[in-house]
Amino acid sequence: MTETADRTAAPAPATPALAAEFETYAAPRNQWWDVWDQFKTHKGALFGLGFFVFTLLFVFVGPLVWTMDPQFIDIRARNAGPSLAHPMGTDQLGRDTMARMMAGGQTSIAVGLTAMALALLLGTLVGVLAGYFRRLDGLLMRTTDLFLAMPLLPLLLVTIMLFRDPLRANFGPEGGIFVLIVFMIGVTSWMQTARVVRAEVLALKEREFVLAARSIGTPSRRMITRHLLPNVMSPIMVSATLGIANAIITESALSFLGLGFPSDFPTWGRLLFDATDWLTQNPERVIWPGMAISLTVLSVNYIGDGLRDALDPRIRGR
Amino acid sequence: MLTYTIRRLILAIPTLLFISFIIFLIVKLSPSDPTASLPLTIPPDVRELIRESLGVNDPVFVQYFKWLKLMVWDEPLHFIEGATGWPVAPEGPRIISYQTRSPVMDLIAQRMPQTLWVVGTSYIVGILIALPLGIISAYRQYSIFDQVGTFISMVGFSVPTFFTGVLFIVIFAVNLGWFPSVYNTTHVVTDWDSFVVQLKQIIMPVMVLGLYNASQISRYLRASMLDNLNQDYVRTARAKGLTEKIVVLVHVLKNSMIPVVTVIALNVPAVFGGAIITEQVFKVNGIGQLLIIAIQSGDVPVVQTVSFIFAVLIVLFSLIADILYGVLDPRIRYD
Repeated sequence: MTETADRTAAPAPATPALAAEFETYAAPRNQWWDVWDQFKTHKGALFGLGFFVFTLLFVFVGPLVWTMDPQFIDIRARNAGPSLAHPMGTDQLGRDTMARMMAGGQTSIAVGLTAMALALLLGTLVGVLAGYFRRLDGLLMRTTDLFLAMPLLPLLLVTIMLFRDPLRANFGPEGGIFVLIVFMIGVTSWMQTARVVRAEVLALKEREFVLAARSIGTPSRRMITRHLLPNVMSPIMVSATLGIANAIITESALSFLGLGFPSDFPTWGRLLFDATDWLTQNPERVIWPGMAISLTVLSVNYIGDGLRDALDPRIRGR
Repeated sequence: MLTYTIRRLILAIPTLLFISFIIFLIVKLSPSDPTASLPLTIPPDVRELIRESLGVNDPVFVQYFKWLKLMVWDEPLHFIEGATGWPVAPEGPRIISYQTRSPVMDLIAQRMPQTLWVVGTSYIVGILIALPLGIISAYRQYSIFDQVGTFISMVGFSVPTFFTGVLFIVIFAVNLGWFPSVYNTTHVVTDWDSFVVQLKQIIMPVMVLGLYNASQISRYLRASMLDNLNQDYVRTARAKGLTEKIVVLVHVLKNSMIPVVTVIALNVPAVFGGAIITEQVFKVNGIGQLLIIAIQSGDVPVVQTVSFIFAVLIVLFSLIADILYGVLDPRIRYD
């Protein structure tokens, strides 16, 4: 693992036999290169990574190229199909769908990434604390079980409905909803990470290098940050990909149920929800946001699959 | 086994109490006013009287225990009376919906059949699709069938049901006109023709949920089959001269189903949750739609009751999954 990664080549003595060995000696590389080599062999994962990068570019760099304002209303061009002026058509007010897809994607992906980060932070914190400190284990794991037994979707809907207005008053219409949705998704999806991290930490605690570190008097804080956390990176990274997928889907589902972002503030879920009212006149309008959500989630899931294989040292190198 | 079951049942009680208290608190502590949706012409003093009659001015703990007593004692007795006709139901108040002023349990009883129909059939359809898919994928690992099957289940797992539902409506209801896009719950099956109508309207919601469930279950089944196919007992069975069919479908499948059955049981509550969205897409007036309407109109008792029922489902099915695991796998004994 990481503690062996930065070992450097020893200076070679001038004896001929060792000199030959020195010439064939490849410089040791970072283990992440091995992970990347294994990751590259997984076609789906590579394709997923490519598509995810493409989506990020489309969403964040796209508006610099396609400079149309997503809120610009051109009522004469309403409900138009795809054309050169509007490659993805327009909505019932004549707003350009492609510009709205870019703006919506920014929100959807931002929600996905922040909610995932929050869930990972909580999950890793709970998992490491529960695994490392035996006194906290019982309490923290019972809490995790309780969260797992909660009816999450109804509770998400209820909290968002009930706390929407006060947060809007405090953080502004978009900021309030963003904070609320990210917070709620993060708080309701950390449990799997916590369980996996706890199991890993429990196993690591019995290893010799931890014993060695403890015997030279390493304090708990440095023990966790220096020895345990780098070694639980693999499961955390896999849960990160699953977390992005989960957060994007949950946000879209909330918007689809009409309890997400306001309609003048597009997200992919909101665009899909608004398009369902125009199914008979303009059926292709649901395709764009739906495809964007589905393909992004699919690509992220494939990245997760590839990462899981690549980070598993038993599979790597075969 | 019995003592384990009883212990788990007793442990489930504090869990449910805690969850019900959290549900209660979230709804109660929120700054929403139960009289907010009433007409503005109601004078403030009358409004205060309405709030008084709804019992929202009591301390939170008093309200919680009143609600809890109604929920776990009075309402089940009313249910027994309704089901059997025995006069066991107590006198006194029931949990009343703010919107309809009728008992919440009656509302749920009206809507439960639709949800059970759609969710139940879709789950069975999902399992029926997943079984052959998982078995053949694992048996012919890395074949074309496996590659295509794994890809499809990955897609089915990633595409959210609110998009597949809308896509199905666009294709089959709008473009082809084969099926209706709205599920008509007042439709009664009396003869063959009305049965065909029922079949046509149920097929889309069931397929949307069913494909989603199938993709999840088949992934588990494939992985579990692959674990078992390399075991020694499979070689022994083949060496005994058993036909391939018996080896795979009896010996391997039986052992592979152990984790899959528990996954099926664990996923039941999640399927009910997912049905909230599917019901919204196809306008099925089931329990999920009841919840959405109640949330939108601030109908606190309905929201609390439906969320509590979901919590009971989750706790119940995770208990069932654990017990099934012990029953199916003789190596696991909870003592």
